[in-house]
Amino acid sequence: MSDKIFDVDHVTLRFGGVVSLNDVTLHQERGEILAVIGPNGAGKTSLFNSLTGVYQPQEGTITFQGSDAKPMSVIGKKPHRVSAAGVARTFQASRMFSALTAFENIKIGAESHRGIGVAGAMLRGPKTRRDERTSDARTVELLDFVGLRAKANVISSSLSYGDRRRLEIARGLATGPQVLLLDEPAAGTNPSEKLELTTLIRKVRDEMGVSILLIEHDMKLVMSLAERLYVLNFGSVIAQGTPEEIRANEKVIEAYLGSTATETGDRS
Amino acid sequence: MKRIFASAHVKRLFSALAALAILELMTGPPGSALTPTAGFTGSFGEASSFFGIFRTQRWVVFLFLALAMYAIWSAWLMWGTQVRAATAKAVSVPRAASRTRPVRWGMAVAVLAVALLLPHLITDPFWQAAMVEQIAVYVLLALGLNVVVGFAGLLDLGFVAFYAIGAYTTAWVTGALPTAAPFGIHFNNFYAIPIAIALAMGSGIILGAPTLRLRGDYLAIVTLGFGEIITIFANNLYGITGGSQGTNTIPHFSLHVGPIKYLWGLTPVPYYYLTIVFVILFIAGFKLLEHSRVGRAWTAIREDEVAAESVGINPLKYKVMAFAIGASTAGFAGVVTASQSNTIFPSSFTLQFSINILVLVIFGGMGSITGVVLGAIVIQTGSMYLLHTPPAGYQPQDLYIYLGALLVVMMIFRPAGLVPSRRRHREIGLAEKGEGHMNEVLTGDTP
Ligand SMILES: Nc1ncnc2c1ncn2[C@@H]1O[C@H](COP(=O)(O)OP(=O)(O)O)[C@@H](O)[C@H]1O
Ligand SMILES: [Mg+2]
Repeated sequence: MSDKIFDVDHVTLRFGGVVSLNDVTLHQERGEILAVIGPNGAGKTSLFNSLTGVYQPQEGTITFQGSDAKPMSVIGKKPHRVSAAGVARTFQASRMFSALTAFENIKIGAESHRGIGVAGAMLRGPKTRRDERTSDARTVELLDFVGLRAKANVISSSLSYGDRRRLEIARGLATGPQVLLLDEPAAGTNPSEKLELTTLIRKVRDEMGVSILLIEHDMKLVMSLAERLYVLNFGSVIAQGTPEEIRANEKVIEAYLGSTATETGDRS
Repeated sequence: MKRIFASAHVKRLFSALAALAILELMTGPPGSALTPTAGFTGSFGEASSFFGIFRTQRWVVFLFLALAMYAIWSAWLMWGTQVRAATAKAVSVPRAASRTRPVRWGMAVAVLAVALLLPHLITDPFWQAAMVEQIAVYVLLALGLNVVVGFAGLLDLGFVAFYAIGAYTTAWVTGALPTAAPFGIHFNNFYAIPIAIALAMGSGIILGAPTLRLRGDYLAIVTLGFGEIITIFANNLYGITGGSQGTNTIPHFSLHVGPIKYLWGLTPVPYYYLTIVFVILFIAGFKLLEHSRVGRAWTAIREDEVAAESVGINPLKYKVMAFAIGASTAGFAGVVTASQSNTIFPSSFTLQFSINILVLVIFGGMGSITGVVLGAIVIQTGSMYLLHTPPAGYQPQDLYIYLGALLVVMMIFRPAGLVPSRRRHREIGLAEKGEGHMNEVLTGDTP
């Protein structure tokens, strides 16, 4: 019955002497909102980078099962290939194309998986124009979806922090993913933005059918959104389960919830 | 004492004096091995006219200019913001109007009309030749390098290599080299165009595919080396390229289509029109490219390669593509030059040439098509003017001193170039505020 979209099997990632991921085994069901929590430096971002082809773990396997029948082995693939297979992400410190407008940011996501077509672009033939219209329409849809329609022509670097987060989500969604990886999407946002973000993330899953993998320090947000959680500490998975189970887990309380790291939201 | 030097006024005064002293040395006479100090003493001590009013020595003139510079500088600091606000207000309406479609097209048509009439307005043979060899061809080259440097953000210091490949291909195809022409047929120059473009593009891809994985400085060094290698090949492969003598038997363009027969001869004007046609085609093509998904992908890679990859853009592919497009443009320019001058030899394909083209692009405004065209026209016209009617004390080898000074001033006051590209302009603004991810490429930060 289990339909795993991500299957991470005994993955170890080292940087010289530093072990960022230590024999990590975890999986995500299709359609699930899954969270990964843990103190700063636990290896959460490293896990995301390994899942998207940015880092190449030395040991273990990562299998992504997109919509097509063939599962893909992620390790060794370039990030753009992983994106094409159906994995989208946002970054811990948001990375927009900051000199471009919100519209252009999303459009780049919407059109990146088409072939390159220099000749088409220079001649601006009917196919190129049709493609442009399709991407424009998709972009407008997504602007509406994340509630940024009114700010379509604003340069992304002048958007508020919360708006940038939503724009980054829209840009990821524009690539037509099966799963969306969100690295601390609520960091630096205010309480009302947090609430909007929670609604938006749930909407992405419910209306678009995109699975969500979430890293977040804000416990209230995580516990209300996630259906299941993994807890990382020093690169190892120390617990997994439903929010209730995690709240009650001794090891977690000791490693994470009990420590001061809970509300700091440091960037690291 | 320390207090005096800390004063902003004193600092400004000394800066003005220093700037003018350097200018004085730049415009002064050169020294020689026998009289090494002549350049120094001559620069300051030589007799000179004080703006035609009375006779004096050079240092008096420059002292006066330094004081004037200090006065203007101080005035600007005092009232500059008001002046700028007033001018911004005054130009805001025409500027907004200039962005509308009909006005843009109108201006384009007007510029085109002037370009077409120009050979009839300027009949001096020096300038007619310069318009083709030194201006129109350089506009083409600047347009090509702009794709690499401006659009894709790659520093290419060996651009001359592709230009040389285009020129030598023309000589080869038309049977002007010691080595046999393809299939033993001496082709018309027009056939050299696709072959030169294909060869330049091919070498661009072969060079680019492995090296464009490198970051920043490494790419510059590899391209620099490639430029040198091509020149050395041209020089040393005597049996193939004609060695350091090159060749001077390249035919002109000619057209034989049914009853129409036309030969581009020694006069530059027909070449001017031929080149202008190609310049227009290249401008149109690159404009469309800039605003296509290819152009947006280049911008994305330039701004944040990690984010670009995360949305599915393959940076290597797009960089190689920019490189190939730039290379083929240079190859094409090589065909025009070789055909027009009938002559090529290795010593014209130097590093200095690559740098010259880079200066045009930086000066005009990286990433701005209008900018680089204008930059090429302004700088090339300027250097041709200095060559043709040198002012007193100017030697041809001084040119690069002036270009260097011009670039320094430009980088201080208008870092995005003469006509900045809107995207680039924003990027520079953001980088100055410490935003954006431009700096991470240098520091190697990870996502
Ligand atoms: N590119 C890298 N080079 C060296 N060490 C790294 C790199 N990326 C992550 N690390 C190390 O891996 C560990 C986990 O970091 P990270 O995954 O960013 O943690 P988290 O996101 O949970 O705060 C840290 O000790 C960090 O220093
Ligand atoms: Mg992190």
